[in-house]
Amino acid sequence: MSAPDAPPAHATHAARPLSDALLDPSCVHCGFCLPACPTYSVLQTEMDSPRGRLQLIEGLGTGRIEPTPQVVAHLDACLLCRACETACPSGVAFGERMEDARAAWHDAPRPLGRRLVERMLTRVVAAPPFVQRMLLGVGARLLALGDGLAAPFPLPARVRTAFALARQFDPRREPELVEGFVAMPRGRARLRVGLLLGCVQRHLFDDVNAATARLLVRAGCEVVIVRGQGCCGALASHAGQRESARSLARKLVAACDAAGPLDRIVSNAAGCGAALHGYPHLLPDDAEAADFAARTVDALELLDELGLPPARRAVPRRAVYHDACHHAHAQGLRAAPRRLLEAIPGLELLPLPDSERCCGSAGIYNLLEPRTADALLDDKLSRLHATGADTVLAANPGCLLHLRAGLLRARLPIEALHPLLLLDAAHRVLLDDEGEALLDADHAEDASA
Amino acid sequence: MTPRDPLDRLLDSFAARLGAEAVVRDAGRLHVYAGDGSPMHDALPRAVVFPRDTADVAAIVRACADARVPFVARGAGTGLSGGATALDGGIVLALNRMDRVLAVDPVDRTATLEPGVRNLAVSEAAAEHGLFYAPDPSSQAVCTVGGNVAHNSGGPHTLKHGVTVNHVLGLTLVQPDGHVVRVGDGACGYDLLALLTGSEGTLGIVTEVTVRLLRRPETVVTLLAAFDSIEAASEATSAVIAAGIVPAALEMLDAEVVTALRAAFGFEFPGGAQALLLVECDGVLPGMDEELADVSTLLREHGALSLRAAHDDAERAEIWTARKKAFGALGRIARHYYTQDGVIPRTRLPEMLRRVREVAARRGLRVANVFHAGDGNLHPCILFDSDDDKTKRNVLEAGAEILRHCVELGGSLTGEHGVGVEKREWMSTLYAPDDLAVMARLRDALDPSGLCNPKKVLPLGAGCGELSALGRRAAL
Ligand SMILES: Cc1cc2nc3c(=O)[nH]c(=O)nc-3n(C[C@H](O)[C@H](O)[C@H](O)COP(=O)(O)OP(=O)(O)OC[C@H]3O[C@@H](n4cnc5c(N)ncnc54)[C@H](O)[C@@H]3O)c2cc1C
Ligand code: SF4
Ligand code: SF4
Repeated sequence: MSAPDAPPAHATHAARPLSDALLDPSCVHCGFCLPACPTYSVLQTEMDSPRGRLQLIEGLGTGRIEPTPQVVAHLDACLLCRACETACPSGVAFGERMEDARAAWHDAPRPLGRRLVERMLTRVVAAPPFVQRMLLGVGARLLALGDGLAAPFPLPARVRTAFALARQFDPRREPELVEGFVAMPRGRARLRVGLLLGCVQRHLFDDVNAATARLLVRAGCEVVIVRGQGCCGALASHAGQRESARSLARKLVAACDAAGPLDRIVSNAAGCGAALHGYPHLLPDDAEAADFAARTVDALELLDELGLPPARRAVPRRAVYHDACHHAHAQGLRAAPRRLLEAIPGLELLPLPDSERCCGSAGIYNLLEPRTADALLDDKLSRLHATGADTVLAANPGCLLHLRAGLLRARLPIEALHPLLLLDAAHRVLLDDEGEALLDADHAEDASA
Repeated sequence: MTPRDPLDRLLDSFAARLGAEAVVRDAGRLHVYAGDGSPMHDALPRAVVFPRDTADVAAIVRACADARVPFVARGAGTGLSGGATALDGGIVLALNRMDRVLAVDPVDRTATLEPGVRNLAVSEAAAEHGLFYAPDPSSQAVCTVGGNVAHNSGGPHTLKHGVTVNHVLGLTLVQPDGHVVRVGDGACGYDLLALLTGSEGTLGIVTEVTVRLLRRPETVVTLLAAFDSIEAASEATSAVIAAGIVPAALEMLDAEVVTALRAAFGFEFPGGAQALLLVECDGVLPGMDEELADVSTLLREHGALSLRAAHDDAERAEIWTARKKAFGALGRIARHYYTQDGVIPRTRLPEMLRRVREVAARRGLRVANVFHAGDGNLHPCILFDSDDDKTKRNVLEAGAEILRHCVELGGSLTGEHGVGVEKREWMSTLYAPDDLAVMARLRDALDPSGLCNPKKVLPLGAGCGELSALGRRAAL
């Protein structure tokens, strides 16, 4: 009910048929989510807070407000980091509501640049892996060429960073893992698991996938690299391209189905894992998708659950753990990764203040909203720097790229790595030139057993 | 709106001063600033502006006064009485960007703050000196010190440490005509600090606050006692206070609230219990065991089914998070809640709670109770699920009835959430016309144009003019 002075609040714009969740007003406006929201802290308007965005969504849903460019910009400025869900005592499923809203107002007016970038990238992630490799190859060559040509000229820091970052990757390198590959543990397998390679991860961080497979085998799993897996649909979903997200999801579920009985479906990128858990919302009334979602698990969580034999060697580093948003806030995954890391001999795990605050990467957010993304990155970097760590661990390719770009630009001598790489470094068997196992003296018996 | 509209020109001038981004004027986005933490009151402002400092606030207020445009300050919008809503087509000054801790003085134990600093951030800034800021509203992680001053906010620890007014030492105020004055700082003469604290943003906009900091207590022990009825818990509360013990906090939670907390935080309720008392004792180590023993004995004597003490910080933090987020967690068991904020003499608690239950039962409504039992500050939260006007009317009327019972039992309309829009018409049940007239004259004197947060606190029925006329007659 409005106060007597309020203007009439009847619907003036076309309301859209929305899912109940979108209009579910279980937000009680308490505001506890405000200080938790990274965009509210940077942009400092309530339209850029969770409570405000929910009000915009509700207003749009009831037709009380119009999807003007100004209004839609605030929906787009959301990172979908879901920190608000952690803070919300009322249990508002913010992520789902925001994805619903972006899908419902997908056709609302948006800046052309954003539309183009969004469309291009979501197409690329949906393309077959060999096409992606080709595109990446071309991209890398262009960047290298640009780097060479532009060397004598003063360039904006952002461009220089892009060049420097590109130099860290070699698109011609052959991937270690190929689809269809099956790795068996010694003895009877405890679980048969499907490993998802991820659309970004498989090209840029293939070493993480190989490390994941080795660790899962060491924990006693038969690991199947599911054939024809493609992308999980997370980026499309975040961008409001619901139909393409759905078809990617269906394709993935079918691909895993075709791989024979899988006890678990394992992902090692926080963003993918969160998207997989969200399939029941993306594909309502699809029993197969629900069953699939129930079997998905993050690699770190599964390794923690199964347990690993003692490490083979020490990894002497001073590291901090940055909680990827889609681990901490979307999957409630906080303790397991730390437990695994703490078991690595020689690794000193330092506390990182505000470790659960978004670094600004958020899928392709850093490309679409660079100012906000950079503000969050700067904040993260200064906290990283203050810890005195030499390594920052983040379990998401987006975070790793974004952090690396920031570290390069700020010239900080800190390495950004996936935690599974360190874990693998402590556990893997190294081979010498003759193919003989090179073992750390202390742990020799274990490996030869 | 034509370009010649004077309001447009006014807003253009604000945009020129603050930057275009700091002036919101499109209906879509203004929707977000229509309401606060209350589900009952909203009004679309005509614009929202984001000043950065006192000079900005003064310039905006002066321009509004010249253009005769009403204005209202907004902190975090967690108010529960519609205080930050812009009535009469006013503009909102959102102060959240004025969020600097200007100084912390560990020797004098004071902090000087901009109004948009969050309550909890004050204690965080003071922590390195072993100090803290005592008034701790449950919304403290969010609400601002400006809002706290406006509502004279309290919190669970008010029982021992007092409310905001007991901790504010000085204020900078932009008066409704744009003049900037400094108030307090140990001055003699009229106690303007006391007048301004609790004035709900109707006498000007606070742009700087100096507060007192306290030393952190040496030890803190938190007890959780379960009772088989809310009446038994109320009796126990009275017994503790009657014994001359002043715990740091004494909070009551009923079964509905615990259901919500279980859903939100996995908070467990001992079996068979219908009410929980949260009792915190703090102070110096010697004497602590004695006080604890006394409290425990009293609680047991008055029917405590079980008693659990949280000794370490982690466990304490868990209990307090649950307590402080209790309002928010009500979203787990209902779509909306409407909380009342009555105060009653502590001895009447059992009687009052019975009356609340009767009101709710008669109207077919559910009520959840979570409140500051130690000060007799009640927060019956009426739960409802539908948005239709009939339901809302029923809920509002139930709230009004509950308040009437508070007044009947010798209590007051609000302990800490303010009068705002919500309870302005109820003021006449508590005050005689002459009493209200004094307030109206005071307001007239400090805000002659009536543009500063209009239509709040004082009843509309008898407009300010009439009230002051009444008052003048009374004074003759
Ligand atoms: C979950 C929850 C729990 C709560 N618990 C408590 C509690 O335990 N104790 C308690 O006392 N209250 C409580 N409240 C109520 C509320 O949080 C307080 O009233 C708080 O002080 C409001 O601060 P705010 O910054 O949100 O102010 P707002 O809601 O933005 O504004 C409140 C009023 O203050 C005025 N105002 C704001 N800033 C200024 C300024 N700088 N100068 C002049 N006027 C100003 C506004 O005009 C308005 O009238 C609770 C609210 C919620 C949602
Ligand atoms: S914390 Fe949850 S209930 Fe509270 S305002 Fe935010 S979304 Fe709404
Ligand atoms: S998802 Fe993240 S950015 Fe979006 S509203 Fe929630 S906290 Fe803010």
